[in-house]
Amino acid sequence: MKTPRVSSWMAAVVASSLFLAGCSAGASDSGEQAKKDSMTIAFTAEPVNLDFTSTSGIAIPEALMENVYESLVRVDGEGEIQPGLAEDWDVSEDRKTYTFQLQKGVKFSNGADLTSEDVKFSYERVQKDWKNALKSKMDVVDSIETPDDLTVKISLKKPSNTWLFNMTSLVGAVFDTEGTDDLANEAIGTGPFAIEKFSRGQSIDFAARDDYWGEKPAVNKVQFKYFKDAVSASNALKSGEIDVVSNLQAPELAGEFQSGDYQIISGTTNGEVVLSMNNAKGIFKDKKAREAVMHAIDRKAVLDTAWAGYGELIGSMVPPTDPYYEDLTKVWDYDPAKAKDLVREAGIEGETFAFTVPNLPYAKAISEIVSAQLAEVGLKADIETQEFPAVWLDKTFTEHQFDMSVINHAEPRDILTVFSNDYYIGYDDSKTKKIAEKADTGTEEEYVSGMKEIAKTITEDAASDFLFLFPNLVIAKSDVAGIPANRVSDSFRIADLSWN
Amino acid sequence: MITYVASRAIQFVLALIVASVVVFALMSILPGNAAQVALGTNATPDAVAALEAQYGLDQPPIIRYVNWVVGMLGGDFGTSYVTGAAITPVIVGSVQVTAILVIAAIVLAIVIAVPLGTFAALEQRNWIGVTISALSQIGIAVPNFLAAIILVIIFSLTLGWFPSQGWMAPVEGFGGFLLRLVLPVVSLALVQAAILTRYVRSAVLDVMREDYIRTARAKGLTRTKALFVHGLRNAAIPVITVAGVQLATLLVGAVIIEQIFVIPGIGSELVRAVANRDLVTVQGIVMVLVLLVLIINLIVDVLYPIVDPRIRNAS
Repeated sequence: MKTPRVSSWMAAVVASSLFLAGCSAGASDSGEQAKKDSMTIAFTAEPVNLDFTSTSGIAIPEALMENVYESLVRVDGEGEIQPGLAEDWDVSEDRKTYTFQLQKGVKFSNGADLTSEDVKFSYERVQKDWKNALKSKMDVVDSIETPDDLTVKISLKKPSNTWLFNMTSLVGAVFDTEGTDDLANEAIGTGPFAIEKFSRGQSIDFAARDDYWGEKPAVNKVQFKYFKDAVSASNALKSGEIDVVSNLQAPELAGEFQSGDYQIISGTTNGEVVLSMNNAKGIFKDKKAREAVMHAIDRKAVLDTAWAGYGELIGSMVPPTDPYYEDLTKVWDYDPAKAKDLVREAGIEGETFAFTVPNLPYAKAISEIVSAQLAEVGLKADIETQEFPAVWLDKTFTEHQFDMSVINHAEPRDILTVFSNDYYIGYDDSKTKKIAEKADTGTEEEYVSGMKEIAKTITEDAASDFLFLFPNLVIAKSDVAGIPANRVSDSFRIADLSWN
Repeated sequence: MITYVASRAIQFVLALIVASVVVFALMSILPGNAAQVALGTNATPDAVAALEAQYGLDQPPIIRYVNWVVGMLGGDFGTSYVTGAAITPVIVGSVQVTAILVIAAIVLAIVIAVPLGTFAALEQRNWIGVTISALSQIGIAVPNFLAAIILVIIFSLTLGWFPSQGWMAPVEGFGGFLLRLVLPVVSLALVQAAILTRYVRSAVLDVMREDYIRTARAKGLTRTKALFVHGLRNAAIPVITVAGVQLATLLVGAVIIEQIFVIPGIGSELVRAVANRDLVTVQGIVMVLVLLVLIINLIVDVLYPIVDPRIRNAS
């Protein structure tokens, strides 16, 4: 009596599982042909809108710069400045006037022609209407003239070595005079791609433009897909649903992609992972206390433990792709005994300090090993995990309620910003400010040597501990080509991508 | 009856008002604000102040609250100052997604749990009944994100039957829609099914001990027949209650599953809005969630008298 009843229950279970299996057999994904014309790339930080003039952060320029918006100049993977919308440019004798010749036949994605008026409009708008604090990079501009449709003459208040490089970043983006009504939702640029669909929080679909002035991209459809979870992104790559993971936020997963089906690219970024110390108040106001930290931290161990060894030791606030890079990793050697002495000299033995940690994967991993190493020399970290960005920006960054924190400062050439008086670290910039002034207005050689001096001064002042350079860790299918190893600008350039 | 409806309606409105005040107050005391978040680590105090003014954050809280409520009464949740987009379509779209996910999960859970729980009750002294009980205990202990990870490893990475993530609206392709729905729905349903199985089992066990079942059996019905004819309706009341609570929990509780499978649901939207301190969007979403939970409770209340004539006649 019993057996048939059991089997009818079982039959129901089997039937329902067959139904599920049937669903999977019913639909098949797009074929090989479609794949070669499109590419899907996983990212972590999602743009909340498309307007980098009012919203800062890496997510928006990463998607839009060089792909949708272009500047007069761009920076290549080696950190060299290359022509963009400007075919060529002259610098006047006094290095205060730049005359740019625009490319011919450039059209915005709304059909309008690029003229010098658009450039003037865009750059004047930076100071007038931008909310993004990076707009200060345009402060040095005095006036903009448009002698003809394809010539732009930009005069600076004083010679500046940094200005042209800054123009490769988002402040250099050229907008159409008629194209800034709804920047948050609509991006109209001159770039090789236009946005086909923006699904907030999910994905951005780019489609190659037929009327692009330059070389046509090899891949016509590119999708940026946003994953909160690194494991989900890596799974999607394994199952073939996506083609590239642009920056793996869980480096320990990289080991799963060692087979020949994938390529692992580990290049540089502009992101210095800084163990920041409050120079202005609290326990680390005393230079001796900061020196103790410099000797107490084994940066190699931090890199290996927290970020699986991906990344580069730098010892200063300068990535190797910058012209004024210098290896300063030897300035502070790992010497716990000396650190202990310094702790004793500073009279802070056994003291507790506030270590505010943003709730980001790298920061949490670093905070654990750093606190352990500091405990070895007699400093006790009181770790407070803070929601990033909102709480960290409020408590640590704005209100300076911290002794120590850790954050990846990802902006290009940000040494002078981060180590200025009014920034959250509270570095006393009285020495470096004068050098910076001279370096920016001087010749190129003076610029490089001046900036080197600044970087060295900051490191020697033990202003903060430069743990490592955040890696550009890209995992891709082995037949994807054209992924830049180094992330020198804030954009992820998709025009060079192709299938082998 | 009129007083019943009226008191329900007043409860409904009061709950909405309280929710609006609470969420507004909570967001106001939360550290960090939208202008700071938008400007990030480049921010200067001047820039933050300018953006706050543009967002309208420099207005007194009471004015912001009133503006919001007035807009909402007209069916307009306003425009997010962070995304620059209208909020109503965002909420409507993401609620639809979550509703599909959660309703499919709860239906699947019921489809699994009711037969399984009944069976476990009937076979309670048998090895198979014990096995079901034990399995449901394990099922309760497994968090849904772990279930999701395991399912992805088996059915996506190893067998390649289903995509490991993603969402497709039914209109974009029904096959693709179903395909992407399976793993998240099963992840959500497994745990709920396990919980529900235990409730069904104990409800059925209780019913089986009732006098009327004994009477039915005395009149010659088999145990199973007695249960099906007289028992199931009685066992349904606690099960409906629990399923209603589960449905309400899942609406927000699906957020982790939404994140793992990259599904644009209301939970993901809420997390994003909170992270950006997008006050207006958070308020809108919470209000809609409160509304949905109230509606679910209402439905559950209405179901009782339908299922049980005794409740119907009593009221």
